[in-house]
Amino acid sequence: MSKTLTHLERLEAESIHIIREVVAEAENPVMLYSVGKDSAVMLHLARKAFYPAPPPFPLLHVDTTWKFRAMYELRDKMAELSGMDLLVYHNPEAEERGINPFDHGALHTDMWKTEGLKQALDKYGFDAAFGGARRDEEKSRAKERIFSFRTASHGWDPKNQRPELWNLYNAKKAKGESIRVFPISNWTELDVWQYIHLNNIPIVPLYFAAPRPTVERDGMLLMVDDDRFPLKPGEEPVMRSIRFRTLGCYPLTGAVESSAKTLPEVIQETLLTTTSERQGRAIDKDAGGAGMEVKKQQGYF
Amino acid sequence: MTDTTNEPVYVVDSLIAEDIDAYLDTHQHKTMLRFITCGSVDDGKSTLIGRLLYDSKMIFEDQLAALENDSKKVGTQAGGIDFALLVDGLAAEREQGITIDVAYRFFNTEKRKFIVADTPGHEQYTRNMVTGASTADLAVILIDARKGVLTQTRRHSFLAHLIGIRNLVLAVNKMDLVDYSQERFDQIVADYRAFATSIGIENFVAMPISGYMGDNITTLSDNTPWYRAPAYFGRSLIDHLETVEVDTTRDLARPFRMPVQWVNRPNLDFRGFAGQVATGSVRPGDEIRVLPSGKTSTVERIVTLDGDLDQAVAGQSVTLTFADEIDCSRGDVIALSDAPPQVADQFEASLVWMADTALIPGRAYWLKLGSQMVSATVHAPKYTINVNTMEHCAAKTLELNAIGVAEVTTDKPIVFEPYAENRQLGGFILIDKITNSTVGAGMLHFSLRRAQNVHWQALDVTREARAEQKHQKSALLWFTGLSGSGKSTIANLVEKKLHALGKHTFLLDGDNVRHGLNKDLGFTEADRIENIRRVGEVARLMTDAGLIVITAFISPFRAEREMVRSLMAEGEFNEVFIDTPLDVAEARDVKGLYKKARSGALKNFTGIDSPYEAPQNPEIHVDTTRMSAEDAAEMIVDRLLGHWMPEI
Repeated sequence: MSKTLTHLERLEAESIHIIREVVAEAENPVMLYSVGKDSAVMLHLARKAFYPAPPPFPLLHVDTTWKFRAMYELRDKMAELSGMDLLVYHNPEAEERGINPFDHGALHTDMWKTEGLKQALDKYGFDAAFGGARRDEEKSRAKERIFSFRTASHGWDPKNQRPELWNLYNAKKAKGESIRVFPISNWTELDVWQYIHLNNIPIVPLYFAAPRPTVERDGMLLMVDDDRFPLKPGEEPVMRSIRFRTLGCYPLTGAVESSAKTLPEVIQETLLTTTSERQGRAIDKDAGGAGMEVKKQQGYF
Repeated sequence: MTDTTNEPVYVVDSLIAEDIDAYLDTHQHKTMLRFITCGSVDDGKSTLIGRLLYDSKMIFEDQLAALENDSKKVGTQAGGIDFALLVDGLAAEREQGITIDVAYRFFNTEKRKFIVADTPGHEQYTRNMVTGASTADLAVILIDARKGVLTQTRRHSFLAHLIGIRNLVLAVNKMDLVDYSQERFDQIVADYRAFATSIGIENFVAMPISGYMGDNITTLSDNTPWYRAPAYFGRSLIDHLETVEVDTTRDLARPFRMPVQWVNRPNLDFRGFAGQVATGSVRPGDEIRVLPSGKTSTVERIVTLDGDLDQAVAGQSVTLTFADEIDCSRGDVIALSDAPPQVADQFEASLVWMADTALIPGRAYWLKLGSQMVSATVHAPKYTINVNTMEHCAAKTLELNAIGVAEVTTDKPIVFEPYAENRQLGGFILIDKITNSTVGAGMLHFSLRRAQNVHWQALDVTREARAEQKHQKSALLWFTGLSGSGKSTIANLVEKKLHALGKHTFLLDGDNVRHGLNKDLGFTEADRIENIRRVGEVARLMTDAGLIVITAFISPFRAEREMVRSLMAEGEFNEVFIDTPLDVAEARDVKGLYKKARSGALKNFTGIDSPYEAPQNPEIHVDTTRMSAEDAAEMIVDRLLGHWMPEI
């Protein structure tokens, strides 16, 4: 009998292989879990890799306290379903100084996410961290290895990456150094959606269209998710049928007007859309064309 | 001439809007093709890939707006869209205008999903191309129609062939700049064919294209009507990529092999072996054999989260359970019982060197093949291959980007198959034990001897028994330090003290060994490594005999000291760092060697024109600027007898 694997079957097998290699060779791995659709797929693949055992590492959520409420609900539910430990980390300094996206702009991402992530990895001594980044997301990601090496101070040197041949990954490192691993590097946005569809993977309901309270600022549609949202004079939340293509901190994540209530409808909209996925995110536009690359050298995931 | 530059030819599948479920069903059953594009710096690779993304609607409006903006600012295509800007990702490259690393791009057509490895054409970046090619099913070799077959074209074709890519496309690009000349195309193809045949490439297809103008990319171009004649391939690039046969069918036809990545043992009732099937297929009830042990059993279940499977095929990641409780762990290979792969510890292999530091023959590297990780040494190359002329050249080492053939010896037998038959069990990487970098990639040709013929002679009188008879424990005191640091003096004192205490010792001194055992060796890096290797082996035999062995060698390289450590039983190796600063040792200059080295009369002298890598965590650290030789010897003896042999 001859059976040719479909592209999704090949991607799935490759990702499972990667996850198992890390667990076999790293001392203390962790999965960064951001509750988005990419995290959902990555978690599902981890469960497949070790079934019938639960994945032998914890989930780490580097939280900013400004995520959508629906994300916190799904996060706790998925941790329970997978039988994995959930570690939630808040940067104590950001917490103390009350860093928030409304008053502090770029500092919000830097303190809660970039610094928070470094602190969390140091605190628990993780030497390998899975992340759900994909190469099709952004230009500097396209060149990053699947096993991406970090110095003891979490720096990334794009010019000095280890060659990655066949399916052989080099996980050797010195004490204090760590590896970020991207098991779904070779997936596209469409692959992720289709895989979620085929495997009935639970995702945050915000990915589907529903009437939600919104305000429009700087060309972005923002959802008023809780009463911490400071309305400007004359601003009044308007109910609009919206959904999100990516999920982050609710005051920084732009929604799109949509009527897509099912996964096939979401995929349909995605395929017919004319703007890229990260367009709704403020982070990529910093520092000119090289925004994400600079962030990564500083230690952003 | 019809200008199609800014008109996307590839329309979005109409099914998306009309019947999304039907579209998803089609998409779900798409296959995948991974390919690489290679060419010289200005052959237009990035432009071609940008064009493929653009034509298959993988570029969004915001990206396009940014692209148009960037094209005006830094673009090289006066007025037009510079597609290369889409794919030149990193900031440094944008400035230099060249691609410096491997980048992966994705696009879909109605029939397939594609992953493109964009690999650099610049000469010193061979390692990146080999990296990109290692996972590719097909290679597109780009040629600038104005320039014809260049040195780099030959290099890229050779590498693609070396890595075992069977599907080659010769894309003669920038046809718009030679007026779509059939004659020019014919000439380039003839030149290329002559070269390709000479290096053993049996098949390739050739097409005239323009990445910038879009000719023969998605559809056949009216600018090259002659290309439709039967003498030519006559199909567009996308058409070919969509229909060319993928190599997986070949893997599937081979006998079953699966390297074990992970033993899954959640509770006492379940013991599963997880891995990705390399070749062939397996079903419950199949007789399997675990290598290298050779134990056999039958497959009981193929376990997945979605339920048990009745068959697993090449490429799938699965978990198997066996009917019997047999030993099987990470690094083992599960194979069809009747047709197992070979097990050996000496091979001939092709090697591609990927590090700035050259290969050091005789040095131990980590070798990773499948899920096996062993210590391995590479012998001096039999020859290297000049990738420009394809000539075989004599060489003592492999420099960055060099390709050669050499013997490889592993410290224990590994399960393998020749690379030509099985990429997963024939391809390996070499890892530097100190820096942890991936320094080389290799492809096994064949084994030089079957490991099963070499047995360790099991001895009735054990090493422990020999040591006990002498009322001591075997140990090795490995002195290391600069020339003139005081190694020999202190080592000598240590031996005298131990001897006076009734211990059985032996001192191996650098100068003395070089008069006999190692008199064939000089002072090059390779010879120094061999010197230490031999001393290490002799020291091991002597500790087997129950002796306390003391060695006094400069032993400047950390890797060799670690190699000797790995030869010895756990805890037996004690690194003694005789720490004397260079200026102090040079001021002493007992043998007058520093003076000679400074004058240039003595080459490769440690500390002067050859490096000394100080120990990072020596068991004993002697600072000779603060301690006399006598006190140092006293401390070393105390530490040895007190610290490691408290019961004596």
